[in-house]
Amino acid sequence: MKPFDYTAPSTIADAVSLLSQHNGEARVLAGGTDILVQLREGLREAGIVIDVKKIAELRALDCCSTSGLTLGASTPCAEIYGNADVCTAYPALTDAARIIGGWQIQSRASIGGNLCNASPAADSIPALIALNAVALVAGPNGQREIPVADFCTAPGRNALAAGELLVCLQFPAPSAKSSSAYQRFIPRNEMDIAVVGVGSWLQLDESGQTILSARVALGAVAPTPVFAAEASDWLAGKPATEDTYRQAGELARKSASPISDMRGTAEYRVHLVGVLTQRTLAKAVQRAVAQRAAG
Amino acid sequence: MAAGSDQKKYKVIGTRPIRPDGADKVTGRAIYGADVQLSGLVHGKILRSPHAHAKIKSVDVSAALQAAGVLAVVTGADFPELKDKIAQLGEGAVNLAYLSGNLLARDKVLYKGHAVAAVAARTANQAEEALKKIRVEYEPLPAVTWVLDAMQDDAPLLHDDIHTDSMGNQSEKPSNISTHLHFETGDVGQGFKQADVVIEREFKTASVHQGYIEPHVATALWNTDGRLKIWTSTQGSFTARQQTAELLQIPVSQVTVVPCEIGGGFGGKISVYLEPVAALLSRKCGRPVKMTMTREACFEATGPTPGSYMRVKIGATKEGKIVAGEAYLAYDAGAYPGGMIGPGCMCVFSCYEFPNAVVDGYDVMLNKPKTQAYRAPGATHAALACETIIDELAEKLKLDPIEFRLMNAAQEGTRRVDGPVYPRVGLIECLEAAKASEHYQSSLKGPNRGRGVAAGFWFNIGLKSAATANVNADGCVTLLEGSTDIGGSRASIAMQLAETLGIAAEDVHPAVVDTDSVGYTDVTGGSRVTFATGMAVYQVGRKIRAQMMERAAELWEVDAASVSEADGVYSSGEHSLPFKELAVKLHEIGGPIVGSASVNPQGSSNGFGVQIADVEVDPETGKVSVLRYTVIQDAGQAIHPSYVEGQMQGGAVQGIGWALNEEYFYGDDGQMKNASFLDYRMPTALDVPMIETIIVEVPNPEHPFGVRGVGETPIVPPVAAMANAVYAATGVRMRDIPMSPPKLWKALAEKESS
Ligand SMILES: Cc1cc2nc3c(=O)[nH]c(=O)nc-3n(C[C@H](O)[C@H](O)[C@H](O)COP(=O)(O)OP(=O)(O)OC[C@H]3O[C@@H](n4cnc5c(N)ncnc54)[C@H](O)[C@@H]3O)c2cc1C
Repeated sequence: MKPFDYTAPSTIADAVSLLSQHNGEARVLAGGTDILVQLREGLREAGIVIDVKKIAELRALDCCSTSGLTLGASTPCAEIYGNADVCTAYPALTDAARIIGGWQIQSRASIGGNLCNASPAADSIPALIALNAVALVAGPNGQREIPVADFCTAPGRNALAAGELLVCLQFPAPSAKSSSAYQRFIPRNEMDIAVVGVGSWLQLDESGQTILSARVALGAVAPTPVFAAEASDWLAGKPATEDTYRQAGELARKSASPISDMRGTAEYRVHLVGVLTQRTLAKAVQRAVAQRAAG
Repeated sequence: MAAGSDQKKYKVIGTRPIRPDGADKVTGRAIYGADVQLSGLVHGKILRSPHAHAKIKSVDVSAALQAAGVLAVVTGADFPELKDKIAQLGEGAVNLAYLSGNLLARDKVLYKGHAVAAVAARTANQAEEALKKIRVEYEPLPAVTWVLDAMQDDAPLLHDDIHTDSMGNQSEKPSNISTHLHFETGDVGQGFKQADVVIEREFKTASVHQGYIEPHVATALWNTDGRLKIWTSTQGSFTARQQTAELLQIPVSQVTVVPCEIGGGFGGKISVYLEPVAALLSRKCGRPVKMTMTREACFEATGPTPGSYMRVKIGATKEGKIVAGEAYLAYDAGAYPGGMIGPGCMCVFSCYEFPNAVVDGYDVMLNKPKTQAYRAPGATHAALACETIIDELAEKLKLDPIEFRLMNAAQEGTRRVDGPVYPRVGLIECLEAAKASEHYQSSLKGPNRGRGVAAGFWFNIGLKSAATANVNADGCVTLLEGSTDIGGSRASIAMQLAETLGIAAEDVHPAVVDTDSVGYTDVTGGSRVTFATGMAVYQVGRKIRAQMMERAAELWEVDAASVSEADGVYSSGEHSLPFKELAVKLHEIGGPIVGSASVNPQGSSNGFGVQIADVEVDPETGKVSVLRYTVIQDAGQAIHPSYVEGQMQGGAVQGIGWALNEEYFYGDDGQMKNASFLDYRMPTALDVPMIETIIVEVPNPEHPFGVRGVGETPIVPPVAAMANAVYAATGVRMRDIPMSPPKLWKALAEKESS
């Protein structure tokens, strides 16, 4: 590991100008649970590390029933699942936040970091895609929005241009009778990386019998997390039954193009996409119905 | 819970005093290898091969020598020439040329991660940056990482000077098969003719690592007076000293090894890796040099246990009597000869009476790190094969699996296939305890659930141990020992001395000291420490007792023969003093008392165990959950039951990991793809239930307190017990280990479709 400089700006403008100044050799530091490991193992190098945790906008956690959720890019997982409103409205997000590493990791690791690191197996990204989250980005030329589904471009690569910083993630306000779930398959019960991860969001009709619309997203089965468009579209108008979830699982498998590696064969991963799609849809429906009963 | 023991017999043995090293460990004050700090300390790093197999055409270190902070660089050429030098290292002989070649490669690299050069620099980062400046020119060669492939005539050859030794005969051509072993008893052909049921199966197991939490670490200071001092975390300070001295071709007395606290070893911290390299760097730069391995290096370059291929056949009569067995075992040894095939062959049929048996074993070299011992090395593989077939036979014969094992269990007088006849052993008692256990008697209900049992054996060796004890003026006793403490042995050794002297466990203060401060002591391995070092302190205690009696006679002015001792109280006529009070008077009557002893017991103390596993399988994912797990083990006599239980639980957990997920996963390029704790999946605390334990005590007649070793046997049955449980849960027999979710799912899917 080479020595590097450290700085912690307190405004977005300062951070963006630092990033532009040190183009190419600056690294953003949120919780550091990816970047510090990568620097130490020589997988990445840095001339300067820019800690963004002191920027107020990046530590936001505003959950509002009408305007939705604004989640600062460096807000740690533990704060997210510690917020009861977020747990109720965006359970797929908190499902993911609760399983990223153990307690120590969760008190540092952010969703912004999980997204920017752009691992194909990142746990939060399928949940973000299913929840239709949008990334707000600041750069030398002002701000712009990128849907999370388009944010990752390749393993370890994202859509940020030189000098750009992820500010926050914006989630639409929860619609009535909707809910979501994220599950991953790991061979152990803790401290493991997803062999496959699936996030599902759906909205039921008045009666709770029919799915009005749904979004299913997959992790660890392609170079980037993917939105399972065919399965998601097909689900609209289908009855909320086990058979529907199973068929959706069949369709979701078509969106998967995994590789075989030490974590599982391609065949096995495709199979797991079916299993987890089915399980997360069932879970999301169960939650949507429970919410209806409660509220 | 201890079954069948006489709890009243001892005052100290069988109790659970607080461990003497406890406070230091829970407060973080214990000095592990990485905690060593010396003035002027510099840091060493190793450059490792990116290829699984390649010729080294040249190594150019000139740029590295110029790099910032660099003080010294060494390569294989810095080691003395060691061709055909053999060193006796207590547990076995080592060809020093291979050992030194493993530490720093000379003309070939034999596995990915093979050390090629080392740098010492002022900071660890500077050393790392300097490694990038070393230019090595390689000529890549084809690599082989699966044992059966390596045995083929046209396989890439690792060493052109090694020929197969087959019962003393050398093969004409060089070969990756270094040894072919053959054991035979009775007449196997005739035996199988008597069988009504014969089952023959093939098994494969992947290499697994010991997975000690503390990576290898060593600090060396080669002083200007020529003396070499080494601080290291090792299972054997004397063995580390001897290996280092032999590799550097210096006298053993010129080297002092200071054993630090050790964060696990399991057999993997017997061989040296860093010590001699740090010594060479220190000699060149004149400063203490500290070297610490990364986890990746631990996986890629230190001892895993062998991957294996096994074909085993067992026949039994319809009454349930085993009549014959045949085993073909091929274990990989890694890049150098001398793996774990010997014990594998001796253990495969070791739990039962086999009137007729034949075993063929092959020690096979391939492009993986040199294998090292891992808890009962070689036995877990063999037990998987034997115990799975025993389970199948029991099912075919419609016999309860424990009943069938009882009908054939090894006992006093049973002759093992490699020759030895067992003295009194405790397998039958373990099987009876398993059968009677609440666990086995409970019913296991629910879909996709199943129960498996398996038995296991390990020798448990004796070897050399020494100890010295000093009686202090306050009546406490300081105990110096050479056995590095991995599993609580400081406590169990101190307790045996306390019992011998009739004093409280807390009144013995044990210390593990360096190689200049105590007599020669073999490694902490082979489940030998509580047994052999325990024998040494028993003798120390008896010597101190004899001296105390003489001093009491002097004090009381009575005839020495009239003094007696019972329960730590010395008396003669109306005189009587307990140990501690007598000790206080020692300075008036002849001065302090010291006792020293050295022992070298031969043979083995024969540890048997049985385990019961309840599992549930998720049929959609192939994931196995362990619902309940019980370990039954003959400890001979449990000195400190908590540490016996700890060994039983630890071995079982490691075996469960081996069964379910642990494996060296190789790519087509011969490279390990999962050299991290993220992708090399050892069980976490959330992956196993509380492991239940039942200590059986069938005293070992060869030990004053009846001790048998316990550290290794617990890892022998788990893989088989888990495979048998998975079969009971799913109807699928897993013979390709690990039974990782992708493999088990595939097997379930295939069963479904057939
Ligand atoms: C022990 C352990 C267990 C783990 N377990 C899991 C797990 O179960 N699931 C999982 O998905 N991950 C896991 N991880 C990986 C990691 O914790 C997560 O990806 C985490 O969410 C990263 O967040 P962070 O805030 O620590 O990111 P950092 O490491 O600070 O940053 C990650 C990357 O994003 C960039 N970055 C961060 N913030 C911004 C920003 N605002 N704008 C632009 N770029 C930015 C950084 O430069 C860096 O490249 C684990 C890591 C460890 C060490």
